[in-house]
Amino acid sequence: MTQSFRLERGGLINRDKKISFKFNGKNYFGYEGDTLASALIANGVHLIGRSFKYHRPRGFFGAGVDEPYAIVQLYRNGETEPNIKATEQELFEGLEAKSVNCWPSVNFDVGAINNFLKIFLPAGFYYKTFMWPKSFWYKIYEPFIRKAAGLGTASIKHDKERYEHKYEYCDLLITGSGPSGLASAYSAAKNGAKVILAEDKSRFGGTLLTSDVNIGNQSGKEWADSIISELEEMSNVTIKNRSQVFGYYDHNMLVMSERISDHLPKTKKYHPKQRLWYIRAKEVLISSGSIERPIVFGNNDTPGVMLSSAAKEYMKVYGVLVGKKPLVFTNNDSGYETAIEFKKNGVDPIILDTRKEPQSEIIEEAKNMNINIKNSYVVVAAQGYKKVKSADIAKISDDKEELGSVENIKCDCICVSGFWTPTIHLASQSGNKTKFNEEIDAFVPGVSKQNEKTLGAANGIYTLEETLKDSFEKGNRISKEITNNDNKVSFPNVVEKKSTVHDKFWCVPLPKGKNYKRFLDFQNDVAVSDIEIALKEGYRSIEHVKRYTTLGMATDQGKTSNLNGLQLVSKIENKVVPAVGHTTFRPPYSPVSIGAIVGREVGKHSKPTRKSPMHSWHEKNNAVFVDAGVWLRPRYYKRSDENLFEASKREAKNVRTNVGVCDVTTLGKIDIKGPDAAELLNRVYTNAWLKLPVGKARYGVMLREDGIVMDDGTTTRISENHYHMTTTTAQAANVLSHLEYYLQLVWPELNVNVVSTTEQWAGAAIAGPKSREVLKKLFPNSDVTNEGLPFMGYMEGDLFGVKAKIFRISFSGELAYEVNVESDYGYFMWEKIIEVGEEFGIQPYGTEALSTLRIEMGHVAGSELDGRTIPYDNSLEGLISKKKDFIGKRSLSRKAFAAEDRQKIVGVVPLDKKTSIPEGSHLVKDSNAPLPNPKLGYISASCWSVEHDNPFSLAILKDGKNMIGEKLFVMSPLKNKVIPVEIVSSHYVDPKGERVRS
Amino acid sequence: MLHIKCPHCGIRSQNEFSYGGDATIKRPELGKEISDQDWDNFVYNRKSLRGKHWELWQHLSGCRQWIKVQRDTATHEIFKTLKANEEIS
Repeated sequence: MTQSFRLERGGLINRDKKISFKFNGKNYFGYEGDTLASALIANGVHLIGRSFKYHRPRGFFGAGVDEPYAIVQLYRNGETEPNIKATEQELFEGLEAKSVNCWPSVNFDVGAINNFLKIFLPAGFYYKTFMWPKSFWYKIYEPFIRKAAGLGTASIKHDKERYEHKYEYCDLLITGSGPSGLASAYSAAKNGAKVILAEDKSRFGGTLLTSDVNIGNQSGKEWADSIISELEEMSNVTIKNRSQVFGYYDHNMLVMSERISDHLPKTKKYHPKQRLWYIRAKEVLISSGSIERPIVFGNNDTPGVMLSSAAKEYMKVYGVLVGKKPLVFTNNDSGYETAIEFKKNGVDPIILDTRKEPQSEIIEEAKNMNINIKNSYVVVAAQGYKKVKSADIAKISDDKEELGSVENIKCDCICVSGFWTPTIHLASQSGNKTKFNEEIDAFVPGVSKQNEKTLGAANGIYTLEETLKDSFEKGNRISKEITNNDNKVSFPNVVEKKSTVHDKFWCVPLPKGKNYKRFLDFQNDVAVSDIEIALKEGYRSIEHVKRYTTLGMATDQGKTSNLNGLQLVSKIENKVVPAVGHTTFRPPYSPVSIGAIVGREVGKHSKPTRKSPMHSWHEKNNAVFVDAGVWLRPRYYKRSDENLFEASKREAKNVRTNVGVCDVTTLGKIDIKGPDAAELLNRVYTNAWLKLPVGKARYGVMLREDGIVMDDGTTTRISENHYHMTTTTAQAANVLSHLEYYLQLVWPELNVNVVSTTEQWAGAAIAGPKSREVLKKLFPNSDVTNEGLPFMGYMEGDLFGVKAKIFRISFSGELAYEVNVESDYGYFMWEKIIEVGEEFGIQPYGTEALSTLRIEMGHVAGSELDGRTIPYDNSLEGLISKKKDFIGKRSLSRKAFAAEDRQKIVGVVPLDKKTSIPEGSHLVKDSNAPLPNPKLGYISASCWSVEHDNPFSLAILKDGKNMIGEKLFVMSPLKNKVIPVEIVSSHYVDPKGERVRS
Repeated sequence: MLHIKCPHCGIRSQNEFSYGGDATIKRPELGKEISDQDWDNFVYNRKSLRGKHWELWQHLSGCRQWIKVQRDTATHEIFKTLKANEEIS
């Protein structure tokens, strides 16, 4: 197979290495160093997709990041990825790609009927049409639009690739390796500054790869290569290709996406696919260059119409001709360079120059090469459907308003140049207020906002000599301030051809009687007429025009369309461009894969997993685990083929009748020391703490300042000035910060220190009527009788040689103890408890049984202390001290918190004593009441009461105090359940609390 | 991401800190009579300033100290940071 559009020689590709690939199911080949775009063009493929709205045929428009059309679905190593620019994707062996946004195929696309219905698809069409009838949206409009539109399909498979994040610091970050990037990096590196040089493409050098210049007696490319190889040898320089700095954030934080493996058939072992760099730079030099902008004319979206700089790049870098009968349509000298390159490669171009009599060195050279140049000429419209076949051209009057007679000339591509737009995205993102430069008809960065400077073409400097001088100087000066070195670099001799001024012409008027679509935004199919409609309809702000017409939206973010859109708005509005202003540039500059943003924070890496020291014992004993915050806790211990319900019932029942043991290591623990420790507790908790004796524990509730319950737990006085506080598993970190806040900021006079000891202690709750028997065996030398260790008592004990803390506290409502040992002995303690407890029928119990036990006891937990309830709501008002002030006390006297019929915790039992009540259900008076049925309360927690052998729930109910004995209904529309229930006391088991004291 | 100078540890990234709101709010003294209006102002009412603002941050993943930071809420510029016991001037 021959490549009919590949030049015999030239380009930077490796012609010794053929690479085969597939596009839309057909086999092709290219060479190493090709992009998918250059390889397809070499094979004569110009039709690559369909446009977003009208489904018009789409070809290639650019040669890099600015490409609005050539977006493909990529298949690589069994994975697929949407939104890949063919102009950026490097070719690799076995690459497969498909067109997007076309159905059933790119050659025959049903949606193209939109093109003939375009009169019905004006600006704001979606807003205007799909609004009514409202019911049509979900069933008819949305599915239809989704099928017809879209830029590819995201994979729903798990992504096997690895993505990394990296944090880096540097003195200078330089974004772009064109002449300004290389020069500034070189002089900064010579001063010993730590430099990162980032290049978006695979090759370094930027425009030096394509321009016909001479630096220090070398070609542009040779000079770039020599600078790069010298920089590579320097230890203070990091050079990264395939790396796009896409965002400039606060405090000189920039983010760069490095595509490490996307150009390879398969990611190498131990390599990530992509790496996201968070770079904190002292100084940033933006050397992102400029992007050529198009001139607007009829049917200017036809495949074969492309930027003249792209046509040149395809020839010079890839050895590929974009056409054999090229037309170059230009308003400046850049088009001539492309034409000259065509001519050098044996192809005869025709230049249409909108200028009347331009004169410069470049134009002179073109004339000397006998290139056909037509001055004051424009392309009126491209002709051809799937590829340019000819062009309607005409002479244009000096005032650029009148067209002469239209003639048709044959051509197979139209290379268009409307001058250059500086890439100011990063500068603008940094907060730099851009200013309009009349000379180049574009915005350039204004006063630096953060530590950024913009160099070269990105700053509107379009001559090489000036760019290099400025960049060498800035690189030297900025690095000198950081390193105090001043190693001057000698400035090389620069030879470049002089060019003359461009013509501010940007849009070809329509010939009489013709209504060609003239596109401004190629990715979103926004034409001149759409903007005109938007303005007629009263849209004025450029931000509104953008959103109404979609100008400058989507993945290319208007890289080629923004300025022409602004020109049009200012022309219609009779304003100047700077008065219209531009839309905000937001990161990312170009699309970044979600995988790179997420990095390694996927699956188990998305959060840490905390395990208790007894975890391996639980694993060995068939524990089924549940996530409790970041902790993994046993939910139940499975025996034979038990399910959750059966196992938790067995475990809970065993606690009520014999004895159980539960891993409570996850409870938050805070060590509190200092002479004012009691005073701190007295201010933090709602109840009194000043008189708690040493060796005693007390239950406490703490509030936020707004009166809402923050947390509860027991705190034990270990010695005179030493307390051991426990918090709920979920609130442990918040409570510590809360205490630190008050100690550091509000009451710094309190002499107290707090520190988290959650990880230092392993805890086991031993609960049940036989728990004392277990304790006696565990601590034969300690007096653990009811007198020796009464309820809420504390003592230290010797657990087979291990120092232990024994608390007589209970969450289950049974006679119970919590034993803590240093974490390293946790496993030993647990085994010993199981061992000595065997004769008493001890069984481990998980969180499900723990919940059952606390629910039927009416003990509140996270589902009641949910950030919306005050102490009264949880029947904790008895713990509120009347004598002292504490955090949040003043809020409790607010009217709503003191209301007579305030919500309160109650118990709920189904009348049939069988039907389980879904958590989150609502309580209502009348299940048949018309909607919205007034809600009286909600079910906060449900269990199967092992004591009464029927379902039991806790609820927060309006006027709960007076509702005991009432019959209500539980309604769960989600579970489609209506259950008649009776309201009972929340203390469903042992209401007097005798067991814990037994 | 902000770069915050902890007065104890030096310049660190924002992700080591947690935000703590307006640093100029003083908690009313314990046990002192206070009107509903004044209490509401302390608990709920905050100005959403555009511009220079003294605020609290805790160096959560560092020294765990609460610090005072003067930041411009519009530009994120940070002018000054103080220890918890240093008075805002």
